[in-house]
Amino acid sequence: MIRALRDLLTGFGSLLTGMRITLQQFFKPPVTVHYPHEALKMPKRYRGHILLVRDPETGKSVCIACKACEKACPSDCIVVEGIKREGDKKKSVTDFKLDFTKCSLCGSCVEVCPVDALEFSKAYNLASTSKEAFYQIDLVKRVEARDP
Amino acid sequence: MSLPEPYRLFFYLFGTMAFVGLNAAYLVWVERKAAARFQRRPGPTEVGPAGLLQPIADAIKLLSKQLLVPPEADRTLFRLAPVLVMAPALMCLSTLPYSERLGARDLNLGLVLVFAFGSINVMAIMLGGWASRNKYAIISAARIVSQNVAYEIPMLLTVITLLMITGTMNLREIVEQQAGGFWNWNICKLTANPLMPVTFVIFFICLLAETNRAPFDMAEAESELVAGAFTEYAGMGFGVFFMAEYANILVGCSLATILFFGGWQSPIGVLPGHLWFLVKLYALIFTVVWVRWTFPRTQFYRLLNLSWTVLIPVSLGTLVLTSAMLKLF
Repeated sequence: MIRALRDLLTGFGSLLTGMRITLQQFFKPPVTVHYPHEALKMPKRYRGHILLVRDPETGKSVCIACKACEKACPSDCIVVEGIKREGDKKKSVTDFKLDFTKCSLCGSCVEVCPVDALEFSKAYNLASTSKEAFYQIDLVKRVEARDP
Repeated sequence: MSLPEPYRLFFYLFGTMAFVGLNAAYLVWVERKAAARFQRRPGPTEVGPAGLLQPIADAIKLLSKQLLVPPEADRTLFRLAPVLVMAPALMCLSTLPYSERLGARDLNLGLVLVFAFGSINVMAIMLGGWASRNKYAIISAARIVSQNVAYEIPMLLTVITLLMITGTMNLREIVEQQAGGFWNWNICKLTANPLMPVTFVIFFICLLAETNRAPFDMAEAESELVAGAFTEYAGMGFGVFFMAEYANILVGCSLATILFFGGWQSPIGVLPGHLWFLVKLYALIFTVVWVRWTFPRTQFYRLLNLSWTVLIPVSLGTLVLTSAMLKLF
C-alpha cells in the first residue's frame, strides 16, 4: 500500500519533470533553419557537380584540355575538346560537357587534373522538369557566364 | 437583461456556433504553433502573418474535396457520425455560464446535461468506426469504448466528490459559491477535502482520456491503426471530426474552469468576468496541448491499468475522505 503510493508519487513527479523540461524548451528560440527563406551554407568539402575554375584575370577557364579527367572518369560522363590558339603556350578548352545523369560524384576528375581546373560546386538543390537540363551541362559556357 | 425567447435562441445558436467554429479552427493553429515551439521549430508561417490564415486555407481545401463513402459501408451511419460528434459539443456549451450575465440556459441539472451529451461523442466515434467497414476503424471503435468506459468512472467519481461539497448541479450556482479570491475556488477548498488538487489532477487526466487526446489517443494511434475510426473519412467528414475534437476539448476545459477554477470569478478582483473565464480556459487548453507534446502514447493495456488500478481507487479514496470530512466538520 505504502509502496504503491510511493510509486504513484514518484511516477507523477517524473511526469511533472517531463513537463517542466518541455516548457523550458518552449521559451527557447527555434533551432531549425527556415529553409526556402534561409539556407545553411554548404561545408567546404561538399561535393556537388563539378565546375571549371575561373581564372580571375582572363575570366576564362584555366583548363588545358589535356583530357586527363575524361580518361579518369569511371562513368564516361565527361567530354573535353580543346585547341591551341595562336600565341598561346598551352591548349585551351573549347568544349567541356558533363553528363550529370551518369556522374557518381566520385571526384576522380578533380583529383587527376594537373592544373586544378576543376572544383565541386555547392549546388545541392538542383531540380528540373526535363532530363536535358542535366544531360549535357556545358561547363565552358557556365564559366564564362559566371560573374567574377 | 432578459431577452425575448426567439432572440435568445438566435443569439445562442449564432454565438455558440461562432465560438465553437472559431475555436475549433484556431485551436488547430494554436496546437501547431505550440507543438512547433515545444520542438523548437517555427511552425506554420507561410499563409498569412505568422500562419494565421492556415486554418482557413485548410478548411477551404477540405471543403473542396469529394465526400467519399466507401462501398459496403453503412451509408447513413457513416454520414451521421461526424454530425453526432459535433452536435453534443454544441449542446453542452448551452449550459455553460461564461460570466455573470452571459450564458444561454440556466439549467438546474446543467452538470448532468454536460456529461450526458459528452458521452454521445464516444458513441458517435464508435458508430463512425463501425460504419466504415474497415478493420482499423473497428479496432479503434472497440478501443474507444473500453477506454471511455474505464475513464468515465473516475471522472464521475471526482465530480461526485465535488457535488458533495457544492450541493448543487447548477453550474451557475457552483461558480457563484466560489466568489471572492482564488482561495475560495474549489481546487483550493482544502478544508472540505485536503486532497482537492489530487481530485483536479484525476479530473484532468480523465478529461484527456475522454477527449481522446495524447497520451491517450488510442483511437487514432497512427503507428498502429492508420487514423483509427477516421481512416475512411475524406474531406469535410474528416474536417468535422477534427473540429469536434477541439470543440470537445473546449467543453472539457470550460467545465474544468467552472468546477475547479471558479469560472468567471476573478482571483484578484480586477477585469470583467468573461475575460477571466477565457484566460483560465485557454490556460487549461494550453496545458492540454503541453501534455500532448510532452508524453508519448501509452500502450493500450497500460491505459486501462492506469484507470482501474490507480485513478478509480484514488478517486474513491477522495470521495470517502470528502464524505468523512463533511460529516465531521
